[in-house]
Amino acid sequence: MTTGTVPETKTTAADPDMGSRRTPPPPRKKTLTATERYVPSVISIAMVLIVFGLVAQVVTSAEQWPRIARQFFDLGAMATAFPNVLRGFWINVQVWAVCLFSIMVWGLVLALMRSLTGPWFAPLRVFVVLYVDLFRGLPVLLLVLIFGFGIPALNLPGLPNSALFWGATAMVLSYSAYTSEIYRSGIEAVHDGQRAAAKALGLSQWQAMLYAILPQAIRNVIPVHLNLAVALQKDVALLSVIGVRDAVREAQIYTGMTFNYSSLIAAALLFLVATIPMARLTDYIAKKDRQRRLMGAL
Amino acid sequence: MTTPRISIEGLTKYYGEVLVLDDVNLAVAPHEVVCLIGASGSGKSTLLRCINLLSEFDYGTISLDGVSVEDPIWGRNGLYRRVGIVFQAYNLFPHLSVIQNITLAPLKVHKTAKQEALATARELLAAFGMAEFENAYPEQLSGGQQQRVAIVRALATRPEVLLLDEVTAALDPELVGEVLAIIRRLKTEGMTMIIVTHEMGFARDVADRVCFLADGRIMEEARPEALFSAPQHPRTQKFLQRIIEAGRL
Repeated sequence: MTTGTVPETKTTAADPDMGSRRTPPPPRKKTLTATERYVPSVISIAMVLIVFGLVAQVVTSAEQWPRIARQFFDLGAMATAFPNVLRGFWINVQVWAVCLFSIMVWGLVLALMRSLTGPWFAPLRVFVVLYVDLFRGLPVLLLVLIFGFGIPALNLPGLPNSALFWGATAMVLSYSAYTSEIYRSGIEAVHDGQRAAAKALGLSQWQAMLYAILPQAIRNVIPVHLNLAVALQKDVALLSVIGVRDAVREAQIYTGMTFNYSSLIAAALLFLVATIPMARLTDYIAKKDRQRRLMGAL
Repeated sequence: MTTPRISIEGLTKYYGEVLVLDDVNLAVAPHEVVCLIGASGSGKSTLLRCINLLSEFDYGTISLDGVSVEDPIWGRNGLYRRVGIVFQAYNLFPHLSVIQNITLAPLKVHKTAKQEALATARELLAAFGMAEFENAYPEQLSGGQQQRVAIVRALATRPEVLLLDEVTAALDPELVGEVLAIIRRLKTEGMTMIIVTHEMGFARDVADRVCFLADGRIMEEARPEALFSAPQHPRTQKFLQRIIEAGRL
């Protein structure tokens, strides 16, 4: 193929037929009649109402329903327990935020330690491998019990003695094992050409990671991390087993006094209020991310 | 005779058991443009990547101005400041804007003052008709525009040698011309270039010397008029015959 000089070809402007040919206008949007527009929605809404109504009818007409309603959905009991449960839930939210931040930072540090090459860094790499094996292999509940009950009992000088602190530490240790693996997969997914470009520009290994690889890796794994954040939002309730007065603990205290479970339902509603928007946000960001990747592939 | 800018002697490289570069010798004078042609897998891209140490090699030496590229005297950055490379797939950093892509190495590696790095980048962008895109991100640009930015990025440290690795192979045919025009211009400005290309017409046009590689060896090297019109080596003849049959010359 010779490039540069392209032979002149006949242009459409010189075409004598051009003037007589009429380009048809863009097609108008199809207008829907009122029936076409509303009937499907009406049917959908009606069907949902009928099916769910029937289920509700069957459930509430059951012989045991009044007892269930009294035990779980007693509005009076909910209202009485609510202030304490809400105060407890605020602790959940704070623990969640602090843990999430610590997990993201510590997980990243672990992933970076693992990605270091060279024989000098072998101890760090081995440490991360062992760390991930250990903390990913143990149930979070077990870690919370060991840390939350065990360490404060040692009365270690110079270290905090609160169950809350050590329970949260257990959460961070466990979750960061997962996040470090996610970061690592994100780092490995960055195309080799990016590393070659960084090296050819003279960037050191560390500079290449910091300025070229890591920003792309983090952007790649944000949707996965958001999923983990939603899971963590619920898992902080595990701290209730070591006596932290979170929403679940407060609700249990009320249940213990009254033998009515409505306070637990109140706590459940609070968790849903927090997790459902978070899950929707995650879906939205994941969708955006997918679109971005598709654009990139074109 | 002056010292060649790039001198390659006895370059040999294995991938495991496979010999990919077999005793390659090549000297490139200052301001000379050398095109490497040959079939896929002939070793031409690997040869290029050895020059700035993106690929390691097993035997032989590569020198820049008479000093081995592996000599510690270059420091970590010296070689990369003086030898730029442009890749087939552009390899721009997608999270950085055009101007950030271009100034990254000057600012972070060579510690150029910010004003100076920006001024150089803007001057180069303007010279290559990309001034209006300094704040765009790579994904917002066409392939040809991205490749022009990649060339500017490689030029940002004012290198003396530019390595071009099939820089038009990923481009749509109508975008090839704008990139080749830039390379022609760099030639007139005196840039020393080693170009791996499949664009035979371009090689004939721009090269001072063309090397035909096969099986990791330089089978034939000659001035482009000679090599394309009267190839000596049977392998070169066969290769060019296939290119002509494919309508690419």
